[in-house]
Formats: sequence, C-alpha cells, structure tokens
Amino acid sequence: MINKSKSSNLDFLNGDEAVAYGAKLCRPHVIPVYPITPQTIVVERISEFVANKLMDCEYIHVESEHSAMCAAMGASLVGARAFTATSSQGLAYMHEMLHYVSGSRFPIVMMNANRTLAAPWNIFGDQRDSLAQRDTGWIQVYVENGQEALDMIIQAYAIAEDDRVYTPVMVNIDGFVNTHTYELVDIPQQKDVDEFLPPFKSRNAIDFNHPRSFCMTASTEWNMEFRFQQQQAMDNAKKVIEEVDKKFGDKFGRYYGGLVEEYRCADAEVLLVGMGSIIGTIRIVVDKMRDMGLKVGLVKLRFYRPFPLEYFKGLSTRVKAMGIIDRDISFGYEGAVASDIKSALASSWFCSKVINFIAGIAGRDITKEHIEKMYNKLFSLTQGHDEKELQFIGLRW
Amino acid sequence: MAKPQIVKFKFPESLEEMPLGPSAAAGILTEPNAGWRVQRPVIDHPKCTKCLLCWVLCPEGVIGKENEQLTIDMNYCKGCGLCAHECPKDAITMVQEGEADDQ
Repeated sequence: MINKSKSSNLDFLNGDEAVAYGAKLCRPHVIPVYPITPQTIVVERISEFVANKLMDCEYIHVESEHSAMCAAMGASLVGARAFTATSSQGLAYMHEMLHYVSGSRFPIVMMNANRTLAAPWNIFGDQRDSLAQRDTGWIQVYVENGQEALDMIIQAYAIAEDDRVYTPVMVNIDGFVNTHTYELVDIPQQKDVDEFLPPFKSRNAIDFNHPRSFCMTASTEWNMEFRFQQQQAMDNAKKVIEEVDKKFGDKFGRYYGGLVEEYRCADAEVLLVGMGSIIGTIRIVVDKMRDMGLKVGLVKLRFYRPFPLEYFKGLSTRVKAMGIIDRDISFGYEGAVASDIKSALASSWFCSKVINFIAGIAGRDITKEHIEKMYNKLFSLTQGHDEKELQFIGLRW
Repeated sequence: MAKPQIVKFKFPESLEEMPLGPSAAAGILTEPNAGWRVQRPVIDHPKCTKCLLCWVLCPEGVIGKENEQLTIDMNYCKGCGLCAHECPKDAITMVQEGEADDQ
C-alpha cells in the first residue's frame, strides 16, 4: 500500500464503525439490515446516523438476513443504491439471494464480518463463511484494517456500478480482530467522496415509464448466455478494480494495489500469501526476518473473486517456495485459497495443457459434437496451437 | 373492449443484444393465454335478454357485443364459469373443451 494521504479528519474508530462511516459517505438510499455479531456495531452506528438525521436513507429493520438481501434487491431494482452488512450464519442464511442479486446484475454492496460457521458454534473469526459463497457470483475483497474497510466500501460502489461490471461486491473484514479493534482512521470529506462516486444511475431499473419484468425464467435455450455474461463481467472487473484503485489513490492518497499487493517480494526466495487481518502481522514478521537477512516476502491477496489468475501465473517462476495461509478448509481436500493459487501456478507450469470446458449449464445439451470438439481442441493444444484455458461450450453465439 | 395486442417477441440475435440480467420490457403479450381452459361458456342466444350481468361479472372482461348479440373472446376466456353460474336466465352453459363445436 502506498499512502500519500494528508489525513485531515482522523478519528479513533473500530472496523465496524469505519464501515458505517464508509457506507454513510456513499449516500445509499436504502439499508435493509439485520444485526449479527461481530457486525452489530455497523448496524448500530448506521441506525444512529439515520436517527440523528446525519444520513438521509430508508433504514429497514428486516426480520432476517434473507429478507435483508431481498429488500436490498428490491431497492436496487427501482434504481436505489443499496447497502447491507452481515456475518457468518447470516451470510449463509442469505445464500439463495446472493445468487439472485448477482444473476440479476444488481450492484449492491455488502460488508461481511468474517466469522466461523457452526457447528461447533463460535462467534470468532475465520473466513469459511465468505469463502463458502465463492460461486454466488459476487466480487469478494478482503481488507487488512479499518481504514481499508472504509475505503473499500467507497471503492466497492465504484466497481459494482461500473457499466462494464454491474456485479455486487462483498467487502470482507475479519471479525473482532478488525471489526472490534480501534485504530486511527481517516474519514474522507463528503464532497470528495461525492466527486469520486457520482449518484447511482441504474441501467437496470424499473419505473412507471419503463415497466420491466425481472428475475424471470430463462429457459435452457437462453440460460447459459446469462452465465457467460456474468463471467465476462468478472473478467472486466479485474481491469476496473485497478482503475478504481488508481482513481481512489489520486483522490484520497491511498493506493492499495488492486487485486493483490506485494510486500518486499522483489528478491524474495520464499513467500507467504494471505488475506485479511493477518496481513498486518505478517508484515511485521517479514520486516524482522528481512533484518536478519532472510529473503522473505508477502503477497496480500485482496480480491478472491475475480481471482488474480494472471498474477499468480507470473509468480510461479519468481520464488523457490510459497506458503498459503487459509483461514478455512474444504473438508476432504484443502483450503479454498490454496486450491485456487495452486491451480493458477500449475496452469503456467507443469500442466499448461489443460482446458476447462464450461458446459451443460441449466440443462444445455452437451452433444456428441461438443465432446468431439473438446477432443479436437486438446489435439490442437498438443500440436502447439494456442487454446484458451477456459472455454464455454455450446453457447448460442 | 380494448384487449392487449399480441406482440411478437424479438429474441436477442447476439450476445450484445442480451439484456443485463434476466429482464425484459413488461406488458408484452406473446400469445393468447386461454390454453389451459377445460370448459368454455356457450351462450343460448334466444334465451339471452342482454342484461349484461355477465359483462359486469366476468373477471377477464371477455364478454363483448356484436350485431346486438353477446360474444365471448375465447382467446382470453379462462373458463371459470362465473357467467354461467350467475346468468339469471340460465342462457350460458359450460361445455367440455373439444366436445362442442358450437360457439
């Protein structure tokens, strides 16, 4: 991270409060939210902002997290900017609606306080809750501290609402270690945020003059094309994330580096990769070991989706060994982050001749012709031709 | 009576023409919607006094008038039988679809 900020409005905030300030600065029209530890302070602060007329928004005290996401979607559907926040069991409870929101392309922003899932029940942190939502089609970013949490709420809207993206963003912040830890946080000026983040003008809204049907059925003949669009949007997001990071840095002085941030990696022999609050601790250890002359480095994985595939492919030739810290485990295999990174490394390394065929989505036929086409693409690879690593098979166009 | 017109839906012809998420303009009727009717009403015109109670009660608004005779728009009649049930002259009977050619 590069910090050129001339912090003028420092306050002593915990991570949840930083998120609440971030949300306030984005001027959301509707906030449907349900409290859950360790996200509760976000809800409390926002409700205070609204009660004290410091925020002009519709605050809905919903009856569940599932309802929270439904209400957020309804708000987005009429062109409102929507915000919500949750954690752990609450995130799991709204799982169904996460798919609805991303599939319907509503650029909602949500904070998730990372907390483990029951059972055994526990309120403290790990990242199994959000990593388990990997395939819901949400952009996922993991932040290191309260300042980054505040800044990423603002950036999240800029990313989500970009014409090339139109995909919801989940800002993940480690429960307690970040949500309840106080630090000095620079609260940007409202006028600067207004300049950075213009009012939301939805491309995907209904009004009385433009009645539309939403979230409707798409038959087998049409469904897969919508999925292809979502994948395209995620690919586009990689570029948009870098652009927004630069634009944010130019405005507020803090550059986070986009999809990943390297810390003392240039000549590193061994690297650790991590996400979230642990990054701060690793930085300290890296500094200590560097002082001892050990060539260690740190890669802060900021975005889990879209995944920085190209970055990790490039990393494979640079270091002798790499450690991946997973605050989760996919039982029966390994940590989710490790799987993705190893896959990226492998695709540029010892098994570069693999094609991932995406096929048969929502009942789309996988025909004998498709199978033959797949084999022929593999032959094409063996003959030295270039083939894309990820290919949708059976699209209409 | 003004009925919605049947409009031919234009399907996307390229990825660029796909909507942003599964959505489309509302209020477009792509086909008549009475295909699920089991019984249909048949008017006995000599019995009919044209009191228009059926016109008032029909939930789908399919009762019309042509040459001083009541008509039923079978494209939109759902076959609920309310008209037959309420007709004070018993001038409307419900007949099984496919069993009577008589309108």
